[in-house]
Amino acid sequence: MSTFDILFFIVLPYVALFIFLIGSILRYKYVPFKYSSLSSEFLENKRLFWGSIPFHVGIVMIFLGHLMVFLLPKEILSWNSIPVRLLILEVGAFMLGLSTLFGLIMLIIRRITNSRLRIVTSRMDFLVEFLLLAQIILGLWIAYDYRWGSSWFASVLSPYLISIFTFQPDIQAVSQLPLIIRLHIIGAYTIVLLIPFSRLVHFLVPPFSYIWRPYQKVIWYRSKDRVRNPEEDWGVTKPMNN
Amino acid sequence: MDVRSQISMVFHLDKCIGCHTCSIACKNIWTDRKGAEYMWWNNVETKPGTGYPTKWEDQSVYNGGWKKNDDGIALRGAGKMRGLVNIFHNPNLPVIDDYYEPFTYKYLDLIEAPAMDDQPTARPVSLITGKPINIKMGPNWDDDLSGTPDYARNDPNMAGLSEAEREAMFQLEKMAFFYLPRICNHCLNPACIASCPSGAIYKRGEDGIVLINQEVCRAWRMCVTACPYKKSYYNWSTGKSEKCILCYPRIEAGYAPACMHSCVGRIRYLGVMLYDADRVQTVASCDEKDLVDQQLDMLLDPFDESVIEKAKSNGIPDSTIKAAQYSPVYKFVKRWGMALPLHPEFRTLPMLFYVPPLLPVMAKLQTVNNDEQSKKMDKRAKYWPDNWLYDTSTEDLWGTIDQARIPLKYLANLFSAGDEEKVKNVLKKLMAVRVHRRRVTVGDITNERADSVLNETGLDAQTADDIYNLTSLAKFDDRFVIPATHREQAIEMLEFTGDNKGSTGFGFIESPARGL
Repeated sequence: MSTFDILFFIVLPYVALFIFLIGSILRYKYVPFKYSSLSSEFLENKRLFWGSIPFHVGIVMIFLGHLMVFLLPKEILSWNSIPVRLLILEVGAFMLGLSTLFGLIMLIIRRITNSRLRIVTSRMDFLVEFLLLAQIILGLWIAYDYRWGSSWFASVLSPYLISIFTFQPDIQAVSQLPLIIRLHIIGAYTIVLLIPFSRLVHFLVPPFSYIWRPYQKVIWYRSKDRVRNPEEDWGVTKPMNN
Repeated sequence: MDVRSQISMVFHLDKCIGCHTCSIACKNIWTDRKGAEYMWWNNVETKPGTGYPTKWEDQSVYNGGWKKNDDGIALRGAGKMRGLVNIFHNPNLPVIDDYYEPFTYKYLDLIEAPAMDDQPTARPVSLITGKPINIKMGPNWDDDLSGTPDYARNDPNMAGLSEAEREAMFQLEKMAFFYLPRICNHCLNPACIASCPSGAIYKRGEDGIVLINQEVCRAWRMCVTACPYKKSYYNWSTGKSEKCILCYPRIEAGYAPACMHSCVGRIRYLGVMLYDADRVQTVASCDEKDLVDQQLDMLLDPFDESVIEKAKSNGIPDSTIKAAQYSPVYKFVKRWGMALPLHPEFRTLPMLFYVPPLLPVMAKLQTVNNDEQSKKMDKRAKYWPDNWLYDTSTEDLWGTIDQARIPLKYLANLFSAGDEEKVKNVLKKLMAVRVHRRRVTVGDITNERADSVLNETGLDAQTADDIYNLTSLAKFDDRFVIPATHREQAIEMLEFTGDNKGSTGFGFIESPARGL
């Protein structure tokens, strides 16, 4: 266990998670105007289709896959105990990874070659895009070269991540992993760290509430229930609508 | 009965001269910013024409508005299922080229260019990229260009017109057009609110103004698709959608919105309407032929005791009820039945009503032999002694409406979901008022004839005079009856203002810049 390992597998995760948590909350609370997916479809919509759809579908599924292996390692291991099922899982995940890679490359090309899009691209956008690109390439490399990821993730990385979240960091196993895998883990922490400072915040505000809210929405600034009784002392409650 | 109040509008198209002063007033106040240059919360279109954005009325292209299905109505191009599935790429989103690429000219080059053999020029540059561009489109690119193949012939409202009727509209001598000023309709059943995944858009309970909360908008862009009038605009710079706010800071203080205040032709009227909110859903999902009648029926009589009582119990202040009684909109829409909603078939129940134009419609053109007619021309004065070009006589009154230069079907497609009878009724009333006033001021029409015209349209002399007064002589306070909202009092009722001193106010705390 070197200083390198302690720095990247104990210090970095806590710093990243802390900054991610505090930063996202502060940004949501104090600069809500800056929470936006910053869609550029209005400036270019044809090539966006070939980038955005494969990228988003891929990355969402891959993210959920990682989450599942982290949360349900035993179930995944028992699923993988039958080779056919393991193959289905691994091949499916690899295809999704390829789709993500394809989509991201299309998005990067689109962003670089379109002069209108360059105007709405910040340096942070490029940083995030190339970090994601590196992360996806690393992930595909790992999936291809170090089989089978879903199984050893469940037996090696899930305990490590759980140890991080339970504040008893145990990096014994992680520090023995090949360099490529360790780089992938470091990349993940870096991306988490950058979320509150980039457009990635839009993944924190998916509009799920739309599914169950009524279609129409009316807001009253004068609520009859909350009208103050002049006999009482002044309160310091703030009405919801103001 | 759930009585609510709504700030509602009437635009009198007979009076619109197409000067675009309203658009400029609005632009100068609200959309003269980066990312908003292409937005025209108020725009004036030449009809027949394709409008802005191009062919916005064609919902087979833009998929806006509601459509009727088996169990009521559904959003055509958005909604819960479609909105979330299309969130990564919205196939129904209009792009900047459907509007135009905003541009300016490098005026400084005119005075700062070094001395050369050639005159300096001010080249057009894009307001997005800053690079020189060839301007292909602009705001009001089709202004006054009705009759040209690119614009009038592509007008979606031509549907249902015979080939002969269409061709007649495009002939140089017969060509006629009118102006259609448009702002957000502040609908009772807004498609934009229903389509917003993040719930950023809302209707204000007190006055019915539809607004987008800039702090909740997440750029999912569904409102741009859903609004059939294309009055929700996406700001490409800030990543937020924006729309007409009906100058609510002015309305709250009792002032008219900037577009209405500045209107040169005084075509705009604004006032309070009371309506029954319980009926919104049933009316929006009724049969297409009943839409206009049902919507007008949903608007309540502010003099009715039971309506007043229900309004008061709903917390509508006395000043608002009084304003509803004096509302010029109520007079035009309900009492006189002279104003119709724009494209009611989109089922958003728009609360901006239009008095359809009479003038280009009624001036009839006779079929004549051009060669013969040219011989008749007075050589010196260069005019024809007979009125062959425009027949504006009062003989055969309703006949001129039927043979109008702009076919009734066209107006009906705009204002009554294709029902020609409704438009015809309004035009008859407009004619009747003219006949009545001609009897009063010129006196060349007999009382019997004028009265019979009035009777036929269900008006009487007094009403015709009232219509004339509100149409032609109305002063500022007659055209705009706005109760101040007294928001300051409302806030004081709720909380101690000292608690929030210095923390509330109007506008952005941070500058509206993109991202972090």
